[in-house]
Amino acid sequence: MRSVDLIIIGGGPAGLAAAISAYESGCRDLLILEREETLGGILKQCIHNGFGLHTFHEELTGPEYAQRYIDKVLQYQIPYQCDTMVIEVTPDRRVTAVSRANGLQQFQAKAVILAMGCRERPRGALAIPGWRCSGIYTAGTAQRFVNLEGILPGKRVVILGSGDIGLIMARRMTFVGAKVLACVELMPYSSGLKRNIVQCLDDYNIPLLFNHTVVDIKGRERLEGVTVAEVDPKTHRPIAGTERDYDCDTLLLSVGLIPENELSRMAGVRLSPATKGAVVDENLETSVPGVFSCGNVLHVHDLVDYVSEEAGQAGKNAAAFLRGEQKETGRTIPVVDGFGVSGAVPQKIHVGGADEAVNVMFRPRGVYRNAKIVVSAGDRELYSRKARILTPGEMVNLKLRPEQLRRIGDAAELAVKVEAS
Amino acid sequence: MGCRISAVLDENGKIVSLEGYTCNVGKKYAQEEFTVPKRMVTALVRVHGQNRPLSVKTAKPIEKSRIFDCLKQLESCTVILPVHAGDVVVPHVCGTDVDIVATREMY
Amino acid sequence: MDSAFRETRGTFLQKRLVYNLMVDVIVIGGGAVGCATARNLSRFRLKTVLLEKASDICEGQSKANTAIVHGGYDAKPGTQKAKYNVLGNRMFQKVCSELDVPLKWNTSLVVTFSEDGIEKLEQLREQGRQNGVPKLSIIGRDELFRREPNLSREACAALLVETGGIVCPYEFTIANAENAAENGVRFCRNAEVRKVSRDETGLWTVESTAGTFTARAVVNCAGLYSDRINNMVSEEKFHILPRRGEYYIIDKRYADTFHASIFQLPTKMGKGILVTPTVDGTILIGPTAEDIDNRDDTRTTPAGLAKSLKFGSRTWEHIPLRDVITTFSGIRAHCDKNDFILGEAPDAPLFFNAGGVESPGLTSSPAIGEFLAGLVADRLHAEPNPDFQPVRHAIPKFREMDAAQREKAIASNPDYAKVVCRCETVTEAEIREAIRRPVGARTIDGIKRRTRAGMGRCQAGFCTPRTVQILSEELHISPLEVTKFGGNSKLLQSYLFTKGEDDHAQR
Repeated sequence: MRSVDLIIIGGGPAGLAAAISAYESGCRDLLILEREETLGGILKQCIHNGFGLHTFHEELTGPEYAQRYIDKVLQYQIPYQCDTMVIEVTPDRRVTAVSRANGLQQFQAKAVILAMGCRERPRGALAIPGWRCSGIYTAGTAQRFVNLEGILPGKRVVILGSGDIGLIMARRMTFVGAKVLACVELMPYSSGLKRNIVQCLDDYNIPLLFNHTVVDIKGRERLEGVTVAEVDPKTHRPIAGTERDYDCDTLLLSVGLIPENELSRMAGVRLSPATKGAVVDENLETSVPGVFSCGNVLHVHDLVDYVSEEAGQAGKNAAAFLRGEQKETGRTIPVVDGFGVSGAVPQKIHVGGADEAVNVMFRPRGVYRNAKIVVSAGDRELYSRKARILTPGEMVNLKLRPEQLRRIGDAAELAVKVEAS
Repeated sequence: MGCRISAVLDENGKIVSLEGYTCNVGKKYAQEEFTVPKRMVTALVRVHGQNRPLSVKTAKPIEKSRIFDCLKQLESCTVILPVHAGDVVVPHVCGTDVDIVATREMY
Repeated sequence: MDSAFRETRGTFLQKRLVYNLMVDVIVIGGGAVGCATARNLSRFRLKTVLLEKASDICEGQSKANTAIVHGGYDAKPGTQKAKYNVLGNRMFQKVCSELDVPLKWNTSLVVTFSEDGIEKLEQLREQGRQNGVPKLSIIGRDELFRREPNLSREACAALLVETGGIVCPYEFTIANAENAAENGVRFCRNAEVRKVSRDETGLWTVESTAGTFTARAVVNCAGLYSDRINNMVSEEKFHILPRRGEYYIIDKRYADTFHASIFQLPTKMGKGILVTPTVDGTILIGPTAEDIDNRDDTRTTPAGLAKSLKFGSRTWEHIPLRDVITTFSGIRAHCDKNDFILGEAPDAPLFFNAGGVESPGLTSSPAIGEFLAGLVADRLHAEPNPDFQPVRHAIPKFREMDAAQREKAIASNPDYAKVVCRCETVTEAEIREAIRRPVGARTIDGIKRRTRAGMGRCQAGFCTPRTVQILSEELHISPLEVTKFGGNSKLLQSYLFTKGEDDHAQR
């Protein structure tokens, strides 16, 4: 059993930023545990552009963005182990990991940062009927094959789901010589960034079908085609007579990301049904003392810049925790999802505590134009901001300044809501 | 994040008015989109002696109309390791002033 | 004979055909029944070959069922189904202990949701008693909800079947096969039997896609195709009427929701839709029962899946649809004679049938295997095999080990330190072992069934690239040749680039 002050589980963008921030806040006894062979996490396979506009004021590809953080980790000589899978975390912060280089390892950590990222929702979870053939991949798995292994999974592609990963893969598959026949989206809008729709679908004349879904999968051994049908916007049930067949050998699924909280559960961390991630306070500390959460495992992000910012906070707070700095406890009040808001994080904040700004992030529940985002405590409005457009595909990140937080007073809860025009 | 910019064009396709941009970057982007649209291109190139490819990008945006020419030229490229992020893999791709650079280290 | 058709790791595509190979017994079909029969035949000094048409054993009914070890109250008294269900049930513990197969005696409950169903329960109990099933009792609401607090409130009473259990059906099948192979049985996969005929000396000739074999005896365990095989040689024809059943698998998070396997009252189509835990901690809901034309039509359908949920929710009121792992379907080899057809064909000497074996086929398989092997051995005057080794050890599962065992495993095999399937905690050591064992995995699904890699929440999203790599290395094939389950089920299309050794290089 080895004692370590801070263990960071995951060496992707969240874990790296958290580790760097903890180090810069004074923590020197820390260790990053990463399951892949190199650091960088999912960014390694995100060879497309669009990362870092906020953080570095330039647009970088995924690997370049990751390298900025990896370089810092190396510069600071922050200890890390790759090819190491954490298989258990206990409520008293015992971390068990396994790796070829070090065998079975047990660590007793004083603080843990959960940065495990998320997994993709597979076909099985959608219960799409039909044959159970080969040729069906989640977009991320296909991305790994293409971008890291140089292998083309198939030649004629249909993409289910217009989230960013699906859109990015539509362009990537086109670039590597496959024919992308359509992107099929259940909802009446895309959950991906508008810019991706333009630059990944429109640019290549790939049709985007809203209010549609895949209703049948054909091909006994390898996929031969899918049937796509329009759905009723309210029930999402397929409308008979609208079926259309596509001849394809590859179906890519971009139908949802799910935070990978198996280890969090083991550690006794309370999870939120809204985000599928941990319930945290403004310090990103979970219900288990000394265990923090950040990045996609806390809630699914759209912009890696926000991941880095959030993880930086977690690292800083973990370091403060290690120094024994208790934020003035005072009372905590819940942060409640009001109209139009889904999964506001943090889910609770300390009142009358340290005089620091608090970042609140949430996903709009629907598409709202010319709306107002309002944060109120009881009947007091603390914060408001106009938004020309709000969509579920773009996480909202708002900062509550100390002077705004001071106005909470004795309110029982903080409500975040959208006021549609 | 992400402005929704709308433009009004005259019958010659020239921009008459633009609204919705929140900074000059957006304004410039919108102007270009309607005149000479450009894109950053990210791609994969062959590495000598292995199947794993090298990820590359255009050093700056390239005209949208040249994307596939650019990809075609990249198809005939082979890179010899080691490569460092930022190394120019193909200078002046397709006779433009845009270089293709590596986006990662590879040994 | 050994070198002629021994399956080697390197020859995934069996290119070498075998001609006129002479053995004692040919078993047709590598499901639970065929593999159990093969194992029992290896108790005798008999040269035995098992021919399986698919790319792997356990690709038919045996991989797609409810995984129940049935008590035996359901079958009509006097039928083969009843007899072998009860016999098999009694043997199951011993066989699973010998073969190191996960088995749990979690009991079965046949629940009625209305008072007038109680009479039916009494009938089932009586039927069970006639079949020789012990420990059957009717329990009322109190006892029922004490046992199963999450059962729908509409439940009134249930038949408690204490001899009911759950098993891993594919591990069971594969374990039988491994043990049979260790005891000398040869397995030939991708060997679809095309013709069975008898010559004037009484010898059987079996022509398959892997070659032609001659044998003194043939045992037909061909499940969904057992009618075709039988009808090639016997005038006592029977016909398989394929009956499809569709299932849902629910996440392990709900492992403790139910303890027993919860049945509803049986209908004439079968035992009805169950809600049952599995030995892996997931929950199965299903199967439906739909007569279909095509015996290979293992598609899931909107109607079938909806029905599974609808009837399942009678037992489990709030099925957590957000926690569905996957759905699947299986086809039962229902026979027009409505019973198993077991034994030597009356007009085809030394041709033995295990025909029309549908549910309770899995439960019955050890007993059927023992019976048929005994019959064959007797007819061939075979001597016992003094070297028969009944014990088979499962691939040690990292996920089930404690810290000390894990350290030991890693010390002896460093591949145990590499976790490949994160969802099910399956290590590289287990995956390689699954390929290297006799009748080992050759495909993604083969690995899945032998190790559980790919069966978890992410449904192989994470582990596939690694599993492909391991298969490629172990079988000495390109990753592009790796398939999901043989045939054309390739995973990957091509490389983006060839290795480019001869291309001019640019920097």
